Amino acid sequence: MDFKIVVIGASLGGLNAVQTILSALPKNLPVAVAIGQHRHRSSDGELIRYLQETSVLPVREAEDKQPINPGIVFLAPADYHLLVEPGYFALSKDAPVTFARPSIDVLFESAADAYEEQVIGIILTGASSDGAKGLAKIQAYGGTVIVQKPDTAECPIMPEAAIKAVKMPQILPLAEIVPFLNSQIKSQILI
Amino acid sequence: MSPRHPNELEDIEIKLLLEGIYLYYGFDFRDYAMASLKRRIWNIIHAENVHTVSGLQEKVLHDPACMERFLLSLSVNVTSMFRDPSFYIAFRDKAIPVLRTYPFIRIWHAGCSTGEEVYSLAILMFEEGLYHRCRIYATDMNEAVLRKAKAGIIPLDLMQEYTQFYLQAGGKSDFSEYYTAAYNGALIRSFLRENIVFSPHNLVTDASFNEFNVILCRNVLIYFNRSLQERVHKLLYESLRTFGILGLGKHETMKTTAYENHYEELDSDEKIYRRIA
Ligand SMILES: C[S@@+](CC[C@H](N)C(=O)[O-])C[C@H]1O[C@@H](n2cnc3c(N)ncnc32)[C@H](O)[C@@H]1O
Repeated sequence: MDFKIVVIGASLGGLNAVQTILSALPKNLPVAVAIGQHRHRSSDGELIRYLQETSVLPVREAEDKQPINPGIVFLAPADYHLLVEPGYFALSKDAPVTFARPSIDVLFESAADAYEEQVIGIILTGASSDGAKGLAKIQAYGGTVIVQKPDTAECPIMPEAAIKAVKMPQILPLAEIVPFLNSQIKSQILI
Repeated sequence: MSPRHPNELEDIEIKLLLEGIYLYYGFDFRDYAMASLKRRIWNIIHAENVHTVSGLQEKVLHDPACMERFLLSLSVNVTSMFRDPSFYIAFRDKAIPVLRTYPFIRIWHAGCSTGEEVYSLAILMFEEGLYHRCRIYATDMNEAVLRKAKAGIIPLDLMQEYTQFYLQAGGKSDFSEYYTAAYNGALIRSFLRENIVFSPHNLVTDASFNEFNVILCRNVLIYFNRSLQERVHKLLYESLRTFGILGLGKHETMKTTAYENHYEELDSDEKIYRRIA
């Protein structure tokens, strides 16, 4: 299986969790990473700097119609939805979904639509049910789904909602997510 | 027959719906960005109490009132006064010095929605002492939002937030000088409306109608796919004088288009460009 994109959803407590994941990702990652992190409207620059500090991959705020290139981490800009189209990202200011913009469901559902079984979806800590529907769609379209083990999450509500919505996800403590990811995409890494 | 991928039928139905609307009503959504368009179409399907895209197609084609609702729900009309205040700061710093040298300034707001952006820039030009030199054209494909824009009445409960944005945008005066409270709304003062013409124009199907010194097309192109963006960039380019100024939305970029080399960046964070060739 050749994966194209890893989509990550995080809310309350997500900054540390996302940082932990990004700092463990290897150089030359053969897939793109897109992150929907709920946060305050005007916190973009700092967040990118914070995540970039500990990651070997370039971390960028996604721009409209930017190509989905492997080895890059794209962050949904504050107060915009981030959507995946075949080959590129799109942004929108549609109304918040489940009170969230960026909405994790919007990111995940569009990723499933565009890349079907070539998507890996990861739900991390959070105090909402956003992402559960999206993760279910990724699974229904043949993608791989991972949820942070709720008792290791700063806030277990979002992982618990996601676990309820899908069949037999990989439920992993934070530290084991990247090793599992690597095992999934290992064969794609060019030597 | 064997079951196919769930996506496949949906994609066909959406194609048919958009084709039908284009053939019958003339509105061309065929090259809008598909992922967000699809979500909006499903929202409309639920609101109209039908169950499939084909069900919506029948209703939209046979019921013009449904088409009007469709138009309103399909386009995202959210806007605000001094949206992204840092854009207006950059415009004052980088664009105004250029515009000061012109005896006459023609401005086009393409996709102006309910007009908040138009009145914001009008206020800025007034404060820079340039408003009397301006002729402002504000267009949108949607006549319902244009009617609101023309009325110039902003809901009063929003004015507190807009006052904050106005100050963050480098406003030089007292924001309340620019409107009078009326009918539960804030009515934009008439001196600010004098030089503005609102009219319908569709960026997909209508041609260039003038040459401008400034074009703002903010938060409109994000709803188009790449090939349509390219076509509309051509239209904007052809409507802009050499050395004219183009302002895009905060997360829109010139980089993915063939027109990149025709512009220089006046402010890369705020997406303010100047046509150089
Ligand atoms: C989000 S609003 C942007 C308003 C304002 N420019 C701003 O940035 O706040 C987008 C507007 O684009 C308009 N629009 C969408 N497609 C269009 C088209 N093909 N031609 C003209 N206007 C269009 C919509 O009707 C909507 O009012």
